[in-house]
Amino acid sequence: MTVLDQPDPQAPAVPTRQAAPARELTEQERRFVGWHLIVAIAALLVGSLMGPLQAFEYSGVNVYPWIEPIIHSYYQGLTIHGVLNALVWTTFFIVGFTNLTTIRGLQRPLSHPWINKAGFWIMVVGLLTAAVPLLGNQATVLYTFYAPLKASWAFYLGLTLVVVGSWVEGLGFYLTLWAWRKEHRGVRSPFIALGGIINAAMWQIATLGLAASILTMLLPWSLGLIDGVDPELSRTYFWFTGHPLVYFWLLPAYISWYGMLPHQAGGKLFSDSLARLSFWMFLLVSVPVGFHHQFVDPGVPQTWKWIHAGLTYSVFFPSTLTAFTVIASLEYAARKRGGTGLIGWVRQLPWTDPSVAAQLLAAILFMFGGIGGLTNASYNLNLVIHNTAWVPGHFHLTVASAVTLSFIGITYWMVPYLMNKKLWGPRVALVQAWVWFVGMIIFSNAMHVLGLLGAPRRTPLGEATYVPEAWNGNLLRVSIGGAILLVAVILYGLVMIRTAFGPKVAPEEVPAVPIAESIRHPQLTPVWLDRFKPWLLGAAVLLLIAYGPQLVDQILNMHLNAPGASFRPW
Amino acid sequence: MGIDPYEKNWMRVSILLLAVFFVIVTIGGFAMGFQVSGVSDEVDPRTLAQTEPWANPGLREVAPGEYEAYVVAQAWTFNPRVLEVPVGSKVTIYVTSSDLQHGFKVTDTNINMQIVPGQVSKLVYTFDTVGEFPYLCTEYCGTGHATMYGTVKVVAGSGTSGSDANASTSTIASSSGGATTEVTR
Repeated sequence: MTVLDQPDPQAPAVPTRQAAPARELTEQERRFVGWHLIVAIAALLVGSLMGPLQAFEYSGVNVYPWIEPIIHSYYQGLTIHGVLNALVWTTFFIVGFTNLTTIRGLQRPLSHPWINKAGFWIMVVGLLTAAVPLLGNQATVLYTFYAPLKASWAFYLGLTLVVVGSWVEGLGFYLTLWAWRKEHRGVRSPFIALGGIINAAMWQIATLGLAASILTMLLPWSLGLIDGVDPELSRTYFWFTGHPLVYFWLLPAYISWYGMLPHQAGGKLFSDSLARLSFWMFLLVSVPVGFHHQFVDPGVPQTWKWIHAGLTYSVFFPSTLTAFTVIASLEYAARKRGGTGLIGWVRQLPWTDPSVAAQLLAAILFMFGGIGGLTNASYNLNLVIHNTAWVPGHFHLTVASAVTLSFIGITYWMVPYLMNKKLWGPRVALVQAWVWFVGMIIFSNAMHVLGLLGAPRRTPLGEATYVPEAWNGNLLRVSIGGAILLVAVILYGLVMIRTAFGPKVAPEEVPAVPIAESIRHPQLTPVWLDRFKPWLLGAAVLLLIAYGPQLVDQILNMHLNAPGASFRPW
Repeated sequence: MGIDPYEKNWMRVSILLLAVFFVIVTIGGFAMGFQVSGVSDEVDPRTLAQTEPWANPGLREVAPGEYEAYVVAQAWTFNPRVLEVPVGSKVTIYVTSSDLQHGFKVTDTNINMQIVPGQVSKLVYTFDTVGEFPYLCTEYCGTGHATMYGTVKVVAGSGTSGSDANASTSTIASSSGGATTEVTR
C-alpha cells in the first residue's frame, strides 16, 4: 500500500515539457549570489563559536573572562550569537538563495540587476553599521532588543538598513517575475521562483512592525530626540515582525525540501499544487499570529491573545501539508531506487550524499520542533514555558536545525556550483551533518527539560544564585551538546574553506542546481495558485481584523514614558 | 487540483487535531481557570516611587485568607524579596517595573508574567502547598539578571499573616543579589 500507486487521470492533457537545456547562472550572477553566501557563512561561523561558550557556562565553565579583551560578557556573546546566527546568517543566505531560485527557476536574468546590487550593498552597509556597537559592547541588548534596553543608535540604524536592503532586493525579484510573466503568458510560474518571491512578499509585510518600532521610537530615543518609549507597544510591533521572521527563515528550506531535495534523492515533487497552496497559506497567516509571543504580557487583552492562538494553530496546517508532500516525494524517490516496506524505504534514500543527509536530518529534528511549536501556540501552556530554557531549546530545533542544517546542506551543492569547484571532503561534510544532529538532540532536549523545571532562558545559569541541584544533570547535558555542536561548526568551516580554496574543476564535475519536476505537470495547477492578488488581499484583510483593533488602540494610548535604566545595565 | 486521497485524509486529521487542541486550551483558559494575564492597569514608571501602592510594595490582607501582593521589579531586584502567606491563601499578584522589562515566574506554579514598564501585570493564584517557591526574573535585564529573584513562602496554619509591607520595603535599594535572609521579619 502506497500513496503513489494510483495513476494520474489528467496526465495526458498537458503539453510536453520543453527539452531545451536549462539556463544556468552566468559567472557574474554566480559571483553576486556568492557574495551573499560569503557574508552569511562568515556570520554563521563566527556566531556559532559564541554558542558553545554559553552552553559551557551552564555547567560552570565560564570562558568569557579569558576572552574579555574581545568579548566583554556572557550577554555580549549571547547578543552576537543571536544577531549573527538568527539575523545575519539567515537573511544574507535567504536573499542570496532567492536570487538563485529566481534566476534559475525563471531561466532568465534579473530584470534590473542594479536594484539587487543596490539592495545587497545597503544590507552590507547596515551590517557594518550595526557591527560597530555590537563588538564595542554598546548594543548588548540581545537579538530581540526589548525596549527600554537602549542600544547605540548605530545598532538600530544598521538593522534598519539590513531590512531595507532586503526589501530592495525583494523589489528586484518581483520585477523579474513580472517581466517573466509578460514573456510567458498563461504559463504557471516555476515553483522554486514563485516560492522565493512569496517569501519576499511575506517578509516585506512582516517587517513593517520592526520598521515602525525603530523609526517611531527606538531610533529617535537612542539619538536623544525623545525621552522615552512605550515598551508594550514596542513589543507588539516587534512580534508583528518576530513570528513571521521564523517563516522567512523556514520557507527557503521548504523550497529546497519541496523543489530540490526530491530531485537530489532521485525522485519528483509529489504535488505541485499543494506545495504552492502551503506557500500561499504562509503568506496569509504567518503575520497575524504575533500575540502568541505575548500571551503573558500585560497590556494585551486575553481575547486577542486567544484569537492569535487559533491563528497560530492555523499556520501549523501548511506545515502538516509540507510534512505529507515532502515525505511522499521522498518515498517516491526511495521506491524508484528499490526501497520497500512501510518504513523500510527510508534506507534507500541517498544517505551518503551530505547535502541530502543534512536536509533529511534537519527535517527529522523539525518534527520535534513542530511539536514543541504547537505547545508554544497553546495559549495557557505558555504559563509553563514562557521565557524558560524551553524556548531556546525549541528554536534550536527549528531555526538552528530545520533551517540552518538545511541551509548547510544546500551550501554543499551551492558553493561548488557558484565557484565551479568540487565539494571538498564529502565524507567530512556527511560527518558534520550527523555531528550537528546528535549535538542538537542532546542540547535541545536538555534545554526543553530545564525549561519545564523552571529555568529561565538567556541567563548564565552557572552563575545564577537560585539554581537547585536537580538541574545539574541537564545543565551538564547542555554543555555536552554545545561541545559536540562546536565540533560540527569547525567541521563545517573546514569543508567550506577547503572547498572555496580548492582548484576549479571541469564544468561537468560541477554540480547542477537540483530542480525537482512535479509528478503532475505544473500546468494542471489551478490559476488561483499562481496569482498574488487574491492572497495579498486576503493577507491584508486578515491583518486588519487580527491586528488592527488592538494595534490602533495601543497607538492611540501610547505613552512614551519609559526612559529605561538610569545607567547602562550591561 | 488533484489531491491524493491519502493526503485528503491527512488534511482532515490535521485540521481535526488542531481544532481539538484549540477547544482544550479554550476550555482550560476560560472555564477552568488556567488563564493567562490580560489588561490590568497602567502606571507611569518615572513616578512609580511616588505612586501608591507602588511606593509601598508588599502584601496586604484584603479579606480573611485573601491577599494582594504588589511587587516592583527593577534592575536587579524584586521588592519585596519575600512574600509569606499561609497555606490556602488566595493572592492577587500585581507586578510592574520601574526601569526595564523583567519576568516574574514563580517556580512550580502557573504564575508566569512578562513585566513591562508602564504596565501592571496581574494574576490570581491560590497557594495550596506548603513550601518555598522562588520567583525568578525570566527576562534579560542586564548584568545582574541571573541574581534577580525572590521567594514565596507558603507556611502552615493561618495565624500569622504575611502583610508585612514595611519590613519588605527595607530591601529596596540593595541590588547585591537575591539573598532572602536580608528581609527582616
